[in-house]
Amino acid sequence: MASGSIRVAETPFVSYLLRRADDALVLGHRLSEWCGHAPMMEEEMALANMGLDLIGQARALYGHAGAVEAAGHDEDDFAYLRDERGYRNLLLVEQRNGDFARTIVRQFLYAAFAEPYWRAMMASRDATLAAIAAKAEKEMTYHVRHCAEWIVRLGDGTAESRTRTIAALTDLWPFTGELFEVDEGDRAVIADGIGIDPETLRVPWRRTVAHVLAEAGLEVPKEGFMRNGGRIGRHSEHLGHLLAEMQYLQRSMPGENW
Amino acid sequence: MYTQALNAGPEAAERTIEDAAILARFQERIDAEERIEPNDFMPAAYRKTLIRQISQHAHSEIVGMLPEGNWITRAPSLRRKAALLAKVQDECGHGLYLYAAAETLGVSREELIDQLLSGKAKYSSIFNYPTLSWADIGAIGWLVDGAAIMNQIPLCRCSYGPYARAMIRVCKEESFHQRQGYEIMLALVRGSEAQREMAQDALNRWWWPCLMMFGPPDADSRHSEASTRWKIKRFSNDELRQKFVDATVPQARYLGLTIPDPDLRFNEETGHWDYGAIDWEEFRQVIAGNGPCNADRMAARRKAHEDGAWVREAACAHAAKSRVRAAA
Ligand SMILES: [Fe+2]
Ligand SMILES: [Fe+2]
Repeated sequence: MASGSIRVAETPFVSYLLRRADDALVLGHRLSEWCGHAPMMEEEMALANMGLDLIGQARALYGHAGAVEAAGHDEDDFAYLRDERGYRNLLLVEQRNGDFARTIVRQFLYAAFAEPYWRAMMASRDATLAAIAAKAEKEMTYHVRHCAEWIVRLGDGTAESRTRTIAALTDLWPFTGELFEVDEGDRAVIADGIGIDPETLRVPWRRTVAHVLAEAGLEVPKEGFMRNGGRIGRHSEHLGHLLAEMQYLQRSMPGENW
Repeated sequence: MYTQALNAGPEAAERTIEDAAILARFQERIDAEERIEPNDFMPAAYRKTLIRQISQHAHSEIVGMLPEGNWITRAPSLRRKAALLAKVQDECGHGLYLYAAAETLGVSREELIDQLLSGKAKYSSIFNYPTLSWADIGAIGWLVDGAAIMNQIPLCRCSYGPYARAMIRVCKEESFHQRQGYEIMLALVRGSEAQREMAQDALNRWWWPCLMMFGPPDADSRHSEASTRWKIKRFSNDELRQKFVDATVPQARYLGLTIPDPDLRFNEETGHWDYGAIDWEEFRQVIAGNGPCNADRMAARRKAHEDGAWVREAACAHAAKSRVRAAA
């Protein structure tokens, strides 16, 4: 562990919350990397909006994880004082931005899952999670719509945009299996009526993806080998660099108020 | 703000012959504090001055995203990260309103952006300085947004309606940015010795460039006479600079920080803070392209523009295809 890292008592419920929070933070951070460098001003605004939505979701979820864990950890402890092996996010969201097509495809594949996920979570027995879900669901609806519009533009636009979008889909597709993964702990949280079984979202997710890709004149990639490991802290090499950058001040000047 | 009257336009030579009576009528409208709207008559030089000023302002908002954007991924807390991302997004929004205001004068956003990327158009000198520590984000909000407010509040009464209205919207957000920046500084000075040192260092580096934001001293300021007559500019560069110093000195004292000017003293007679000599040679060098970050800023803007070209082309191609399909 990096110096100053916190130890989290990862009960199934705390893990469940951290997994969702880490997805949102890492993806929000990735979107924030675009700031000042987007292809057009309207898209600067949209990418920042989506990034802000996700960072907001992460903060709410970390706050709740802190309350559930009851060990005095706040949102910044979770975000800044865990190293990559402590992070529980999907491999999909930590993948690098690449070109605009890759960022949009990554966002779309995630949002097409997160939208029905949060909608279903509005019925969670945990009132705080249900409230977080109600807000997140509205936000993710916008993400799906915005990304879907772009995928259609890029798929239909020029030969170059089409080629780039196909490459992004091909490269990112193997990370989508992890969206539906559950472990023992998750099953307990689902059985308690706090979480929901992601398997129930497979059909709606595929329907959204297939519908948008068809409109874009693109094919759904063939099923094949799926990557995983993010949920237990076995990440790609990209996450460590992201965290080194994000955590720099908290690590170099520990314990300060900012 | 962010318009420092940097381009000397050869207006006099290009001035078209306009009927004296129409010009007099235009000036009467200005003197009566009427707003000039896009379809109203306006002298060519008035239009040209506004296009230059509004586009410089728009470019400054966009280039200004870069120094602060430099810290979004390294902000020290999630609250600060979200606030900074939202702030930089606001600046982009300001750029959008301002390009839209410029477009009402008959110039396109694309033309203006080309002028920025070719180096023909200028943007505020302040954004050619680097953000070297987190405290710079506090200092920019406090001082740079603070200076922007000083300049922009009078622009809310600018004679050109679309610019004035854009400024009203922008000023509300700038004052929020300024408070946010000051609050970052406050957290630092209330923190550890290392944090206080970081805050003082930021003030040391940003103070003089911020004073330069108001543009050359009145004695050397081009464009001022006509802009004043047209009620585009209501205060001189030096007047605005003085207002800024007067407002900022007490704020620095409250923070317990020292303004890096040994000549700074309160003048009992004038009721203003007298400040030391500004290094105008540094200003000229930054404007000439030799500031610490000019090359980096332009390279970043050009790269974003070039990297995004295929995306913009794809959007246009799709729109064109959709129109054809809809017509079929
Ligand atoms: Fe602004
Ligand atoms: Fe601002």
